[in-house]
Amino acid sequence: MQYLAAGLRLPTNGLDYTILAIYFIVVLGIGFAARASVKTSLDFFLSGRSLPAWVTGLAFVAANLGATEILGMSATGAQYGVAVVHWYWIGAIPAMVFLGLVMMPFYYGSKVRSVPEFLLQRFDKSAHLLASVLFAFAAVLIAGVNLYALSIVVEALLGWPQWVAIVVAGLFVLAYITIGGLSSAIYNEVLQFFVILAALIPLTILGLKRVGGWDGLTSSLKTSHGDNFLSAWGGTGIGQANPLGANWLTIVLGLGFVLSFGYWTTNFAEVQRALSAKNLSAARRTPLIAAFPKMFIVFLVMIPGLVAAVLVPKIGTPGSDLTYNDAIPMLMQELLPNGVLGIAVTGLLAAFMAGMAANVSSFNTVFTYDIWAKYVKKDQPDGYYLKFGRLITAIGVLASIGTAFIASSFSNIMGYLQTLFSFFNVPMFVVFVIGMFWKRASVKSGVWGLFAGTTAAMVNYFWIYKQGVVSIPTDQGANFVSAIVGFVAGAVVMVLVTLFTAPKPASELAGLVYGTKSPGVEEPPAEGDAAWYRRPALLGWGAIALAALCYVPYSF
Amino acid sequence: MSELQREVTELERKSASAARLFDIRRIIGGLFTLYGVIVGGAGVFASSADLKKAQGVNINLWTGLGMLALGLFFLVWLKLRPTAPPTPGE
Repeated sequence: MQYLAAGLRLPTNGLDYTILAIYFIVVLGIGFAARASVKTSLDFFLSGRSLPAWVTGLAFVAANLGATEILGMSATGAQYGVAVVHWYWIGAIPAMVFLGLVMMPFYYGSKVRSVPEFLLQRFDKSAHLLASVLFAFAAVLIAGVNLYALSIVVEALLGWPQWVAIVVAGLFVLAYITIGGLSSAIYNEVLQFFVILAALIPLTILGLKRVGGWDGLTSSLKTSHGDNFLSAWGGTGIGQANPLGANWLTIVLGLGFVLSFGYWTTNFAEVQRALSAKNLSAARRTPLIAAFPKMFIVFLVMIPGLVAAVLVPKIGTPGSDLTYNDAIPMLMQELLPNGVLGIAVTGLLAAFMAGMAANVSSFNTVFTYDIWAKYVKKDQPDGYYLKFGRLITAIGVLASIGTAFIASSFSNIMGYLQTLFSFFNVPMFVVFVIGMFWKRASVKSGVWGLFAGTTAAMVNYFWIYKQGVVSIPTDQGANFVSAIVGFVAGAVVMVLVTLFTAPKPASELAGLVYGTKSPGVEEPPAEGDAAWYRRPALLGWGAIALAALCYVPYSF
Repeated sequence: MSELQREVTELERKSASAARLFDIRRIIGGLFTLYGVIVGGAGVFASSADLKKAQGVNINLWTGLGMLALGLFFLVWLKLRPTAPPTPGE
């Protein structure tokens, strides 16, 4: 994992550091101020299910807008060109809308406190335990990898030694989550969202100005990289060659359907934001509100990537000392004067910490509610789980600090592990949709679907692709194909197992399966939720239509 | 109602977030107003080297004004629509 090249040291001065210091103080202040609201474990892990939709919606985007995502997607832009829009318009929006319109009533209405807890309600303990343990491991690992990436970037840009960056950022995250719980994490994510915009918008504008505007950008790239570099679908016919190494079918099915639905609808670090909303309407609107900024953020990462490809045509090739990941830091160094530079550095650090915090705040919830309270220490008073939650948060952060140090010496192993865990997301989605839409799907089919899907995706990736049994041009393309294979295998095995095992009694499925309702009191709609601009269907279909429109200028 | 629903409903009843959690609009408003003044101020006193680096755009001034506007927007919104007072009876 070589993130940044040497020689990118930023000319930061006292002004920039003042801006950074103010941010760190505010981050801690939010933690302490949120402390007064933490009375029960539900306050600590899910903000007492009380937040307004715009807050949870922005946190939903920000939890995904970590710095690895920002640097990574602008790198994708510099490498593959306009095709990076697929990760947003087809690879995020439809899944987010599906989560809000279709799945959220089951998640929020059934009052589960985590994604694995839904599996326990719908299937059985084996599916639940498998999903909980894997999620907990993956969350700590990803938090550690985030921390390690942060340390490399901070070392390159600011010249701090890696261990200082790892320890300082880790301890800040530890402090504000242990003290203020999820409310503190979510509030910081909302703040980070705006700081990141304040950093990326000036960078994008100046970058465009540097290469002669959009027209200058496109004409330079057409000459140097060819027409397909500026088209979303150019060269993606089946059998044609394109830099992405994927055709339209694997993009639509693999990325747009399986991978993106797996990530956005079953990754608890995301879904948790919606579960902390104050009522069902706000929970449904969470991913829908998030869809709108998500759709346009792509311009703020793609354009810097494209600009970098113009300024350094050899970027990322063996002849250049700049890697694709350097696109944004390089533009920061070249274009931003002190002041905005401080905002940009703050934005990047904030994004790294928020990316880590999202994982830590979902890890502690799953570990406490799903592992500890269900299998280790059952039926304790709520105060016990609140205390335990704080303890496990600290342990989780220390474990990810450890992971970050391990990653700095064995980075290949970490990359490998991440790929491995990513294959687990795929069958999660198949198990969830089948579980939610097919009443007959049996209790045992859950865990077998998870097993079969994961195994099939891994076999396809590590054996069929890596050993060259079938040739697929790039890792990216192979990833898409593996996702489709995992999905199909999971679905087939679930159906087969269901045919031979007993269904769940209908009385226990209320509120968990399509066409049933949770018993319990209907909550009255909150005042103002009937306003037209708050109607989930309008927001959802509006987002889909807008994303489709966005494709038009890049498709012909 | 299932056991889970009973448990969560009970926790929701005891929860203090709705009543005691501060409003984030105050923090965003305050921080961005402050940042707007700092960055905008750097723009007012921009050196010619700063301007040259930023392609002739006084980027600090514009970014500062943008951040100031966002900060004030949140403060005004908070003023016009304050947080609903917590329901009594706890």
